[in-house]
Amino acid sequence: MRHILSVIVENEPGVLSRVAGLFSGRGFNIESLNVGPTLDPGVSVMTIATEGDEQIIEQIVKQLRKLITVIKVVDLTDLKSVLRELLLLKVNANDTNRAEILRIVDIFRCKVVDVSIDELTIEATGNHEKINAILGLLTRFGVKEISRSGMVAMKRSLQV
Amino acid sequence: MELTGAQILLECLKREGVEVIFGFPGGAVIDIYNELPNTSLRHILVRHEQAAIHAADGFARASGKVGCCLVTSGPGATNTVTGIATAYMDSIPVVILTGQVPTPLIGNDAFQEVDIVGITRPCTKHNYLVKDVRDLAHVIRQAFYLARSGRPGPVLVDLPKDVMQVKTKFVWPEDVKMRSYNPNVKPHAGQIKKVAQLIRDAERPIIYAGGGVITSQGHEALTWLAQNLHIPVTATLMGLGCFPGKDRLWLGMLGMHGTYAANMAVNNADLVLAVGARFDDRVTGKVSTFAPMAKLVHIDIDPTSIQKNVSVHVPLVSDCRLALEALKEELTPSLAEYDFETGHLPWVSKVRAWAKEHPLSYQPSETTIKPQSVVEKLHELTRGEAVICTEVGQHQMWAAQFYTFNEPNCFLSSGGLGTMGYGFPAAIGAQFARPDKMVIDIAGDGSIQMNIQELATSVCNNLGVKIVILNNGYLGMVRQWQELFYKKNYCSTCMDAQPDFVKLAEAYGAKGFRISDPKDLERVLKQALDTPGTVIVDVRVEREENVYPMVPAGASLTDMLLV
Repeated sequence: MRHILSVIVENEPGVLSRVAGLFSGRGFNIESLNVGPTLDPGVSVMTIATEGDEQIIEQIVKQLRKLITVIKVVDLTDLKSVLRELLLLKVNANDTNRAEILRIVDIFRCKVVDVSIDELTIEATGNHEKINAILGLLTRFGVKEISRSGMVAMKRSLQV
Repeated sequence: MELTGAQILLECLKREGVEVIFGFPGGAVIDIYNELPNTSLRHILVRHEQAAIHAADGFARASGKVGCCLVTSGPGATNTVTGIATAYMDSIPVVILTGQVPTPLIGNDAFQEVDIVGITRPCTKHNYLVKDVRDLAHVIRQAFYLARSGRPGPVLVDLPKDVMQVKTKFVWPEDVKMRSYNPNVKPHAGQIKKVAQLIRDAERPIIYAGGGVITSQGHEALTWLAQNLHIPVTATLMGLGCFPGKDRLWLGMLGMHGTYAANMAVNNADLVLAVGARFDDRVTGKVSTFAPMAKLVHIDIDPTSIQKNVSVHVPLVSDCRLALEALKEELTPSLAEYDFETGHLPWVSKVRAWAKEHPLSYQPSETTIKPQSVVEKLHELTRGEAVICTEVGQHQMWAAQFYTFNEPNCFLSSGGLGTMGYGFPAAIGAQFARPDKMVIDIAGDGSIQMNIQELATSVCNNLGVKIVILNNGYLGMVRQWQELFYKKNYCSTCMDAQPDFVKLAEAYGAKGFRISDPKDLERVLKQALDTPGTVIVDVRVEREENVYPMVPAGASLTDMLLV
C-alpha cells in the first residue's frame, strides 16, 4: 500500500543523501520525493511517497527516525490530509481538437500556461489520482512531454 | 585565549577522556600531529590505517569507553572503512578523525582528496565535515556523545587542513543537546509488567542474550534473573561473557555453530527473552521455524531492531541493563510467591539432558593436534581469564565454543561484518585498555596475514599480545562449506606458499614458536604464554577438521549436523 511520509529534517548539507541512501541501501522504494523549506530556516520538510506492507513501512519510519538529522516523521496515510502534486504537460493541439482539450482543462480546473500554433502547455494541480486522470484523458491527443512534481502534503486542521 | 583548530581538537579529546589514540600521519593531518607532543595524549603509530580503527574498536570493546583513531585524508581515510563497518555492525563506540584537503579545494579532486563523509554515510552512526573552526568543539562533543549513547556506533569527523590551522576562541560546550536525537533509554513500566507476567506464566523460558547486554553492562542483572528465576541462558557470539560459562544454566552459543542444547532449547521453549540481540540470520536459521512454540519478548535500545527480522509478541525499547533491573525489581516479590526452581525443574532437566546428549566435542587424536584442544588448553593455562580476540573463520567459532567465558568484555570478535584481519589489531587496542590482562589473538593462518604488519606496532610498544595461529593451511571455513555443500571443490582455499610464521615473528623482533606434535602442545603453549612481549605460536592442526554442530545456511535450528 502507498504511504505518504512527512519527514522534518535539519536543513544541512547531505541530509537528502542520508535519506536517499537509507532507501537504496535497505531496498526500500521511493515513488516520489519532494524537499522544501519551512517557516524555520533551519528545518526542511520532505514529503516521501513510498510503497510497502505494514512491516516495511514500520521499518522505513523507524529507520528514518534513527537518522540523526531527522527531527520528526509523520505517516500521513492514516490521517486526514491534503495531498497535492503539480503537473506541467505539453500536448499536441490543432484547430480540430484545441477546443476539446480546453474543455478538459476547464473541467479539471487546470491552466494553460503557454500556447503555440500546434502545442498547448498545461499546468494542473491536484492529488495523485486527479493528475493521473488528466494525463489519461489527454493522452489520445498526443502528449509530447511531461514534468511532474513530487507530492507536497499537509495534515488537515480537523481530524474527524 | 585563541587556539588553532588542531589545539582545540586535542583539548576536546582530552576533555572527552581520551588517553590513547591510534593513528597514522599524512599531509592533511600534520598540523594535528604537530600539536600532539604538547598534550598528554598517547599516540600509537600503527602500520596500516585499518589497524588503527580495529585497535580503537578493540580498545572500546575491552574498556567500555569510546575508542579513537586519527588518519589522514584520501587513502588514509578509505583504509579505515572496513573497520568502521565492523564497528557499525557490532555497535561499538569509536570516533574516527580523518584529515581532509583544505576547504577551498574540496570538490576539486585535489591530491589525496576523497569524499569520506559520503563514503561512510551508510556505515557510521553519524558523520561530520567541519567547515568552520567555530563549530569544531561542538562537533567533537556531539561525536563522542553520539558514539557512546543510545545504540553505540562509530562516528566520523572529517577535518579539513585549513580548519586545523586557523585560530578561534575555544569554548567548551558543557552540554550536548540535539533536538533530533534523544535515545529513549528507560523501559516502559507497562511493558515491564507484561514481560514479568510472561516470565511468571512460562514453563519453558530461555534467555537469548546479545551484545547489548555487554554494552549496557547488564550482565549482573541478567545473571541475577537467570539464577533466581531458574532460566537457562544462551547467547550470540557478541553476547559471550554476559553470563558465567561455568554456570549450570549456561547452554553455550546458539545458531549456526551453536550447541545442540541451545538450539533445541530455543526450539522447544515457550518463552524466549531476547535481550540486546537482533535475530541475525546466523542465529535464527530459517526465520519461520525459529522458536515455533515460544512467545517472543524483545528488549533492545534500537527500535529498528524490533520487528525487523521476526515479529515479536512484546517489544520493549530500552537500555538492556535498565530493563533487566526493572524486571528484577518487578519479579523480586514473586520469589516469595512462586517456586521458580521447582516450576522450571522439568525444563532445566530436559535442557541439561540435551547438553549431556550432544555436548561440544571432537574426535581426539594422538598424532595430530585438534584445533579445539588448543583452545581448551588456552582456557586451562589462562584459567579462563584472558581477553580473547579472534579473526574470522573456523578458529573464531572454536574460540567461541571451547573457551568458556565468565566475564563480559573479554571476547572481542567481528560478529556482524565478519572481518578477517580484525583480531590482531583489536588485541593491540585491548592490551592498551587492559594492561593487566593476558590478551590472546586466536587466529587462522589466512586471517592473520591480513594485518600481520602490526607485529611492528606490537613489538615497538612492548605489548605482550600472544597470537595463536590454528594453522591448517586452508581458509578453513570456506573449505568446510566447499566440502559440505560444493562437492569438495576446494577452489582457492588452500593457502600455498605460507610464510614461516616463526621466522616472521623473529624478523619483526617478536618471539616465535611452532607446535606440530600433540605431546608438545601444553608445554610449548605454556612456554609461549610465559614469554614476555609479542609472541606468535604457529600451531599445526588437523587440516580438514570441521566446526560442528552446524546448521546449514537457511535451515532450521534443529537441522544440525553433529560431530
